[in-house]
Amino acid sequence: MRQNRQNQTRNLPCQKRSIRHSFCLYTHYLSINIRSAMEYKSSFFLTALGQFLVSFHVFLGILFLFQRFSNVKGFTYSEVLLCYSIVLLEFSLAEMFARGFDQFSEMVRSGSFDRVLVRPRNELLQVLGSKFELTRIGRLLQALAMFFYGILQSHILWTPGKIITVIFMLFGGTCLFSGIFLLYASLCFFTLEGLEFMNIATDGAREYGKYPLSIYGKRMLQFTTFVIPYALVQYYPLLYLLDKRNGVFYVFLPLLSVLFLAPCYLLWRFGVKCYTSSGS
Amino acid sequence: MITMEHVCKSYRIAKRNAGFKEACKALFHREQEEIQALRDVSFTIQDGEMVGYIGPNGAGKSSTIKILSGILTPDSGQCLVNGLIPWKNRIRHVKEIGVVFGQRSQLWWDVPVIDSFLLLKDIYSIPDSVYRSNTDELTELLHLKELLRTPARQLSLGQRMRCEIAASLLHSPKILFLDEPTIGLDAVSKLAVRDFIRSQNQLHGTTVILTTHDMQDIEALTSRILLIGRGEILLDGTLEDIKRGGQTIDETIAQLYQEYEI
Amino acid sequence: MKKYFSFFRLRFSMGLQYRTAALAGIVTQFTWGAMEVLAFRAFYETDANSFPMSLSATCTYVWLQQAFLALFAAWLMDNELLESIINGNIAYELCRPIHIYDMWFSKSIANRLAKALLRSFPIIFIAACLPAPYGLSLPADPGYFLLFLLTLVLGLAVTVSFCMLVHVLAFFTISPRGLQMIFVSAADFFAGGIIPLPFFPKKVQFFMELLPFASMQNVPLRVYSGSMTEAELAKALGLQILWLLLLLAGGRKLCQYGEQKLTVQGG
Repeated sequence: MRQNRQNQTRNLPCQKRSIRHSFCLYTHYLSINIRSAMEYKSSFFLTALGQFLVSFHVFLGILFLFQRFSNVKGFTYSEVLLCYSIVLLEFSLAEMFARGFDQFSEMVRSGSFDRVLVRPRNELLQVLGSKFELTRIGRLLQALAMFFYGILQSHILWTPGKIITVIFMLFGGTCLFSGIFLLYASLCFFTLEGLEFMNIATDGAREYGKYPLSIYGKRMLQFTTFVIPYALVQYYPLLYLLDKRNGVFYVFLPLLSVLFLAPCYLLWRFGVKCYTSSGS
Repeated sequence: MITMEHVCKSYRIAKRNAGFKEACKALFHREQEEIQALRDVSFTIQDGEMVGYIGPNGAGKSSTIKILSGILTPDSGQCLVNGLIPWKNRIRHVKEIGVVFGQRSQLWWDVPVIDSFLLLKDIYSIPDSVYRSNTDELTELLHLKELLRTPARQLSLGQRMRCEIAASLLHSPKILFLDEPTIGLDAVSKLAVRDFIRSQNQLHGTTVILTTHDMQDIEALTSRILLIGRGEILLDGTLEDIKRGGQTIDETIAQLYQEYEI
Repeated sequence: MKKYFSFFRLRFSMGLQYRTAALAGIVTQFTWGAMEVLAFRAFYETDANSFPMSLSATCTYVWLQQAFLALFAAWLMDNELLESIINGNIAYELCRPIHIYDMWFSKSIANRLAKALLRSFPIIFIAACLPAPYGLSLPADPGYFLLFLLTLVLGLAVTVSFCMLVHVLAFFTISPRGLQMIFVSAADFFAGGIIPLPFFPKKVQFFMELLPFASMQNVPLRVYSGSMTEAELAKALGLQILWLLLLLAGGRKLCQYGEQKLTVQGG
């Protein structure tokens, strides 16, 4: 006797649930990642401590350097701290939630991406969910501490505009770094070798984003304004925060960097298309 | 129903020398070599059939499975699975299929198996009642009761495979693709897996497509065999059709491979 | 001795194979160095008087650091060794008639040398072509260059023996990776990987120079441009040798303990 197993799956309205449902699934992925990490508690906390220390040592570097120099190109110690802590916050947020892309080369190499494709959900969502680098909480905490320390040290008069600017900076910067991780993942569809050079755009941007980008010279500023728009989330809004520039324009500038996600996403789509036509 | 008509697929294998410069160049232009993976493949599989898909390595088995599961787009030819073109309506299509890759795991390594199941429930948006009745049934048939609370990393290969198969069936797929489901399993697990697949087919009318190198799998499960070699379907028939008196199935298949020079 | 040399040779030729990775590494290191030089230029233009050494010497330091990164970066540890302890493959190694410590030591040295060999020359070449004071300048005099080579080798040995110590600690801890990360980041900082030691305040610098980390990249990179007095140099060289001996002895002893513990517990 054949009895068809109940199958109500298809009767659910598909459109209505998509966004909320995606968010649900995303949090489910997050929780399973947390539970996996908690299987190795001591390792988790030691690694988080390690992450904390890595950034803390960079902070110490800045501290000692500024005992020797009173400013760099007009930016004082507390201003540099503020700049670095915002970049670091953006980076660690992006790293926690978008580092699934970091392991994407492994996913392509081992063929686990096939598994993603035989499931009825958005591929990006599944790849993102496959790995959350939660130990980066150490770096995030360090960045937060430095952020508040920087605020206390500086004498910024906080206006609503400036608070909004900081929020936009964090949002735009997190999107920008996520975009770079996405770019890295997309490149994996085409080659798996020599992608280490992408470290320049990720770790390099984090390390050298500690100083306002103008100190590296005009050309570097142009590059980071128009090619990979780091300056939009770092240098220009920082000038506004420090009262070196005026204009509402600077408040909204960080949001422009969200546009960087568009070409990255297109490249990703193109990569998926190539993948399904070559199967490798 | 699955139909494939005149499906062709060729791969371009990038010929690239080592080196960063070459890798950069390869981003824009690759020297390529064409390999015909499938040449004019046609067959039809009715609902509820169990089909063994066999052939030597590199014959085109996995390309076919990839096309049927929507992962791969063919160069030409028609393919319809339950009225859908797999690669065009991939998201809708894959809701109806279950895939078991024998050598890869879909379970989360460090959490109890049941947690992976719950995640799949969300991924496939399985309603509570369906999820409950399906897990109950699978737990009983595959004897998973003790295993569900164990992290996947602590399971033996056979235990894990049983969980993998259950994971692929939670959303009541109409078609089940099994890629070497018994590889590396001990005798007891092999028998258990075969029994289960047979019962699944009888109980729910699930269409089963099985690729394997283990001819006992074929003998135990499938009434129909598709033999593929060098990208072509060489033989489509029942086990009885090809079996010759006195030979074991392994000998028969070996002889077939020899005859077709594949 | 011969068998350790063959481990060395095997590992060395393995390291040479990753040419694509090396090219990507060169691009990365070069950009890194350029950014570092640009940052130092900004500080120099702001306040040249507070610079502890000349801009040219600082840039030379940066370029040498990037060129020989593979020799000195503590984070470039040999993961194979750590993995073998974690997953138990070390059991195979214990069956062979060799000292684990010596074998790992020669493997690590070979690995780093192979990586550095592929990466250093192109970076040195390009950096040397850059206009002064931003490029790599010539060594102060031939004598200093020879001393540079000597301290380079000693610095490498100190670095590897420190990394070995961290590896060996994996025998005794349940989460070697987290521990490794903590040690590595501290080593990088104290060795002058983040800012060169001369840029630290005088008092801090005095203590830092006594630590084993100062005997790694700090000595050769500063000797090259002749920015050390003879007394400083003698002290640095002495400390290098002292730390090398201490780290080697400590590492070997600890490794023996670890092996015993492993065989007693059966992995």
